[in-house]
Amino acid sequence: MSSREAMLQKDFVVREGGSFLFDRAGEHRIFTPEDLTDEQRHIRNAARQFADRSVLPRIDAIEGKEPGLMRALLEEAGELGLLMLDIPEKYGGLEQDKTTTMLVTETLTRCASFAVSLGAHVGIGSLPLVYFGTVAQKERYLPRLATGEWIAAYALTEPGSGSDALAAKTRAELADDGTHYVLNGSKQWITNAGFADLFVVFAQVAGEHFTAFLVERDTPGFEVGPEEHKHGIKGSSTCPLVLTDVAVPAANVLGEVGKGHRIAFNILNVGRARLGTGSIGAAKYALRLAAGYAAERAQFGRTLDQFGLIRAKLGDMAVRIFAGDALGYRTAGLIDKKYAALEALSPGPDDDDFQNAVEEFTIEASILKVYGSEALDTASDEALQIHGGYGYMAEYAIERVCRDARINRIFEGTNEINRLLLAGTLLKRGMKQRVPLMKAMQAVGKALAGGAAPALDPAGDRLVPEQEQVHRMKCAALYATQQAVSRWMLQIEDQQEVLGALADVLIDVYGADSALARTLQLPADGPAAAFAADATTLFIEGARDRVFTRVKQVLCAALSGDKRDRAFAELALLDHWRPIDVFAVRERVAAAVVAAGGWPL
Amino acid sequence: MKILVAFKRVIDPDARIKLTADKTAVDTESVEYKANPFCENALEEALRLKEEHDGEVVLVSLGGEDITQTIRAGLAMGADRAVRVEIEDKALDSDLAARIFAAVYKEEEDVDLFIFGKQAVDGDNNQVGQLTAQYLGLPQACFASEVEVDEDAGEATVTREVDGGLETLAVKLPAVITADLRLNTPRYAKLPDIMKARKKEIEELDLDDLEIEDTALKIEVVSLEEPPKRKGGEIVGSVDALVEKLKNEARAL
Repeated sequence: MSSREAMLQKDFVVREGGSFLFDRAGEHRIFTPEDLTDEQRHIRNAARQFADRSVLPRIDAIEGKEPGLMRALLEEAGELGLLMLDIPEKYGGLEQDKTTTMLVTETLTRCASFAVSLGAHVGIGSLPLVYFGTVAQKERYLPRLATGEWIAAYALTEPGSGSDALAAKTRAELADDGTHYVLNGSKQWITNAGFADLFVVFAQVAGEHFTAFLVERDTPGFEVGPEEHKHGIKGSSTCPLVLTDVAVPAANVLGEVGKGHRIAFNILNVGRARLGTGSIGAAKYALRLAAGYAAERAQFGRTLDQFGLIRAKLGDMAVRIFAGDALGYRTAGLIDKKYAALEALSPGPDDDDFQNAVEEFTIEASILKVYGSEALDTASDEALQIHGGYGYMAEYAIERVCRDARINRIFEGTNEINRLLLAGTLLKRGMKQRVPLMKAMQAVGKALAGGAAPALDPAGDRLVPEQEQVHRMKCAALYATQQAVSRWMLQIEDQQEVLGALADVLIDVYGADSALARTLQLPADGPAAAFAADATTLFIEGARDRVFTRVKQVLCAALSGDKRDRAFAELALLDHWRPIDVFAVRERVAAAVVAAGGWPL
Repeated sequence: MKILVAFKRVIDPDARIKLTADKTAVDTESVEYKANPFCENALEEALRLKEEHDGEVVLVSLGGEDITQTIRAGLAMGADRAVRVEIEDKALDSDLAARIFAAVYKEEEDVDLFIFGKQAVDGDNNQVGQLTAQYLGLPQACFASEVEVDEDAGEATVTREVDGGLETLAVKLPAVITADLRLNTPRYAKLPDIMKARKKEIEELDLDDLEIEDTALKIEVVSLEEPPKRKGGEIVGSVDALVEKLKNEARAL
C-alpha cells in the first residue's frame, strides 16, 4: 500500500487550515510520526544512511567548498533516488507525498550545507516546474532534474528586495516579434548558483507584471558572480546573478505572465514546511551530540550527564523536539490529506489541487517554519553550552551545527514576515468566514462576561488537566484577538507588535494542541506513552506561561482604564495556574534522553 | 546461478541497550532493528555474482511478521524474492537455525551457493553457516574476503582471512560461504527499488511445512551481565600513588 493510500485509509479528517484553534484537542485524528508506513521509514533509513556514510565523513571538504564536491554529492544522491521524490512518475520521478519528502529532509539536515543544496534543487528549484510547468517544459527538464543530471536554482531575491519580493526590479521585455523576452537586472544570494544548470528567475514584464522564467545557465548574457562568504552553511553555493540582455524564449515563461506571485508564494509555503521539519531534524542531531558529549566528559569525578543543570537542558531540548515533531508531521499530513482528497474528487491530479492544498495550510506552514527554526536555535545553542569551551572549537561538530542553524530564521521568509503572515491570514479568514473566528470569539466573550470560563468536554480520561490548559489557552487567544480586533478593526494590519504577539500565541497553541493530540493517540501502555505524556505536560506548562504573558500585553495595548480592568478580571477566569513539579517531570524526560544517548523515540 | 542468502535482523548495534528484568535477554521494547552488517556483505556478494553470472538471489530469514521490514530492505538492495520461516526469536539457537536453513535449502531446488554472514553482531556465535554446511554435507569456505565463481568448472575460489595471512580454497558447488566485512561494500538501496521491493514475493513457511523434527534448543541463556559502568578519571599526585593504585585498585600490575 502506498503511503498516500495509507493516508486515505486511516480516519484522518480533512480539516481546514487554522481549525486547530477551534477544534478540541484530540477531537480529530492527526498524522503523527507514529503513523509513518514501513516504506516511509525505509526511505528515511536510506536517506540517513546516505547522510552518515557519504556526506558527514566529507563534511570538512564540503565546508571548505572543495571544487566539484557538492555537485558530485548531489549526483550521488540522484543515483540513489533522493532527488525524484516530488517529481511525477511520468517524468521519471517517484511521486511521493510531502510527508516522505519531509522525512528525508529531516535526516539530511545534520549536514546542513548539503541539505540546503539538495532542498534548493528539489524544492524551490524543481517544484515550480512540477506544479506550474507546461507539458513541454516538464518533458524537457523534469527527467534531468529527477536524476541530478541537471541542478536547479530559484532566483527571487535582489539587492533591493528581500522580504518585499514583489518589488523586484529585474525587467523582462517582450521582443517585437513575440518569440522571446529580454531580461535585465540582478539577483543575489542564489543557492546552488555556482553549479546549477536551470534557474527559475522572477522578473517584471514591462516593468509591472511579476512573472517567472526558466533560464538555462548557458544563455548568453547570463552571468554567475563570485561565491559569498557566509556565517554558516559554508559548503553550500551562494552567488549573485547578473542578467544583461538575456534572451529567454517565450515558451520558457513559467505559469502566466503577471502571475509570478502565485508561484513565488505557494512554493515558499512548501519550502517553509520543509524547513521547519528539517530544523527539528537538526535539533535531534544537536541533542545527540550534546547527550553523547555529556556521557563522555567527566568533571568533579562525574560525567556531565549526571549534573542537574545539564540534565535540565537535555530535557528542555527533548520537549521542544517532541512538540516540533508533533506539529510538523501533523502539518505534512494535513497537506497530503487535503491533496489526496482534492485529487480523489477531480478526474486527474491538477496543479490547482496542489496549490489549494498548500494555500489552505499557510498558517500551519508558517508556524512550522518559525517554531522549527527557533527550536533549533535554542537546542543547538544549549547543546553548544553543554560542550563548554570545547563547543566553541571548530573541531567539535556542534560548533558548525550552531552556525548552520542561524540561517533558518532568515530564509524562506524571515520569522518576522512569517509571524505577520500567519496572524494576518487567520484574521482575514475570520473576516471572510472561512474559519469560525467571529463565532468562537463571541462565545468566549459571552461566557467570560457571564463570569465563567467556557466548559470543556474532555476527550477521554487521559491528561485531563493538560486538555483543560490547552482549552484555556485557546480561549485566551480568542479573547485577546477579539479585543485587538475591536480596538483597531482593519487598521490592525499596522499594529505589528500586536500581530506578532498573536502569532506567538498561535504558535504555542498549535504546538500544545499537536503535542497533546499526538500523546492522546498513543496506546496508553505503549513504550513511548510515559515519555510523551511528560514531554506534553512540560510543553503545555511553558506554553501556558508564554501565552498568558502575551495575551496580557495585547490587552494592555488595546484597552485602558475600566475596560482594561474588566478585561483582566475576565481573563483571570481562564488564567488558572496548576502547580506541577517541573523539575521532577523534566528529570524523567532527561533520564530517557540520557539512556538513549539522544532523541529517544 | 541460484544463490540463497541467510538474512538476519539485529538490534541496531549503535543503540544503547538494556537487559530484561530477569537478565536473560535484551529488552526489545522500543529498540530499532537493522540488517546484520555481515548479512549485507553476504547479500552484496550474491548480487554481484548474479550480475556476473545471471540467476536468482533468494533471501532466507527466520522470525515473526515483524522482521518483514528488514526483509524488504534486502529486497530493496536487489534480492529477487524471500522466504520467511515463522518462528519466535527466543525459540531459536544456532543449531535450530542451521537445521531450518538446511531444510529451506532442500525445499528450494538447484541451489548453487548458500551465503551467510560470518556471524550476527548480536549473539556473535559464528556457527550457523558451518552447521548448515555440515547438515547438508556441503563444502564450506568461511570468512571469505574474496569470492570468484567458475560456473563451467562448477567451482568457487574463495580467499579467506586466517591468522597471519590469506588462504585460498577451491570448493565444489553447491557450497556454503560465509562473508567477512572486507568482502565488499554493500550498496545502498535506491529509492525506486524500495518502492519495487513492496511488490516482491515473500513466501511464508513454518516448521511444520519444513518437517523439522528436532526443534529442541541445545543452548540455554542462563544470564547476561552488563559491562561495568565506566567511572570518571582521576588525577593522582605522584608516580608512587599511581603505582599503588594500579596495583591495588585496578589490579593491572
